[in-house]
Amino acid sequence: MAAPADSAGTTGQPELLPIGGGGVSSYLYPAVATLVLFAVWEIATRYGNVSTLILPAPSRILETTIANFPLLLHMSAVTASEFVLGFALGAAIGMPLGALIVYARPVEMAIYPLLVAFQTIPKAAIAPILIVWLGTGITSKILIAFAISFFPIVVDTIIGLRSAQPETIYLARSMGASPFQVFWHVRFPNALPYIFGGLKVASTLAVIGAIVGEFVSSDQGIGYLVLVANGDLDTRLVFACVLVLTLLGLVFFFIIEACERIFVRWHVSARQAQSTASGD
Amino acid sequence: MQAAKLIDIRTVQGADEPFVRIQNVDKSYVSRRRSLKAVDNVSLDIRPGEFVSIVGPSGCGKSTLMMMVSGLIPTTGGTIAIENKRITRPYIDVGVVFQRDALLEWRTVLANVLLQMDIRRLDRAKYKPVAIELLKRAGLDGFENYYPWELSGGMRQRVALCRALIGNPPLLLMDEPFGALDALTREQMNLDLQRIWLENRKTVLFITHSISEAVFLSDRVLVMSPRPGRIAADLRIDLPRPRRFSMREQPSFGRYVAQIRGQFQAFGLLNED
Repeated sequence: MAAPADSAGTTGQPELLPIGGGGVSSYLYPAVATLVLFAVWEIATRYGNVSTLILPAPSRILETTIANFPLLLHMSAVTASEFVLGFALGAAIGMPLGALIVYARPVEMAIYPLLVAFQTIPKAAIAPILIVWLGTGITSKILIAFAISFFPIVVDTIIGLRSAQPETIYLARSMGASPFQVFWHVRFPNALPYIFGGLKVASTLAVIGAIVGEFVSSDQGIGYLVLVANGDLDTRLVFACVLVLTLLGLVFFFIIEACERIFVRWHVSARQAQSTASGD
Repeated sequence: MQAAKLIDIRTVQGADEPFVRIQNVDKSYVSRRRSLKAVDNVSLDIRPGEFVSIVGPSGCGKSTLMMMVSGLIPTTGGTIAIENKRITRPYIDVGVVFQRDALLEWRTVLANVLLQMDIRRLDRAKYKPVAIELLKRAGLDGFENYYPWELSGGMRQRVALCRALIGNPPLLLMDEPFGALDALTREQMNLDLQRIWLENRKTVLFITHSISEAVFLSDRVLVMSPRPGRIAADLRIDLPRPRRFSMREQPSFGRYVAQIRGQFQAFGLLNED
């Protein structure tokens, strides 16, 4: 047997690239850009005679954040539990619903138009109703976060499950695979990159949902604190809340991305290998 | 060697008994009140151990015919039987290879070859040495733990071939398996396939566009007409084996190719002026 003449380029196992794929520069560039942004902001607000009521300097925001740390931590815990639970509910309902729509034609015909119609409703508009129904506590916020985040999960699950190459399904069936085995061995793993795409979008939307809910009516949470601080004309605290919220959203996003890297390694690695082959 | 032991466990059958019997098979697709006939009254017997190719223009229903033989899609009319058993659902004692390799990207090369064992709940450990031996003979020694995206197109298709061979099925169904490969890789794959076939003489139904590939590999070449697909010619290829590329320059090889090309010209598919 001749050795494969077409093996050029894959002579060794490629090394796993660092997260973000591309060496030091992938951390350096965004870090420098961020630093420049904050430096300009700091200088402009300090020497540009900008009222602290309008735009406080980053250093002041940081000071306020540190000074109010216990309060911000408490409020963060409330908001985080709202969007995490809302997101979890979205995933727990969205993924099976997507699968059901793919597998059961009547369900698709009955539910899909409703789903699209529901998605076109601005969730902020129904937030007050949900609060009337469920009270000003955490439940109404979880539900708003859920309502705003579950649609991309459903849609991406549907797209992912439908994107399997027909040949792979034929192949599994020619090996005697049951419909469940086709799902488990072919359709579901194939859908995972799409599902994670949906989950990542949903994770940022869930944060928005929780804040919208808190804006409408609440007695705790970061959204609530923003309203209180704004009422007190405490712009620095408002910005501190925004900072904390940004960090919360980022951490949440990166947790999901870390899960993606664990479960869909084959896909992420393939993408990285392609990007390094074309770039660098 | 373990692999050698698994090969040729098939009992020798009566030489006249067809392995695959296709009788008056039709296939029509109905869409929006329009009916499209893809395969029209095809009858065909394939003997055990025979290498049969079907050539024909695009859309002539040759892939459809193969899919019906595998039981993956139903016939509209007529019957297909393998070893005298009528095919009504997917026939699982078969190795299928498509033009696209259909490797599962999330499985390593080895796990792709062993997919069948997972689906049939067979003992993976028992088949692992067989898979490694198959991969080795396909020139993929040491690539067991690679992922498909790390391989070239030719290597991927070799993995797909190993996957089809793992259960040592008596029948191979191949739908333009080398159609997506570059010319050089394709020639190598032709040689490799012939070698594998000579080692254990499986029954092969091979679909291709390439006239010379069909003549080179086959005991018999069937020419299918444009849609609705019928069998227009059935040629026995009497060339000694193992066949070598140099044989393609011989007059006998050229005559077979010319005969088949003549069929295509008769369909009005090839016009020289």
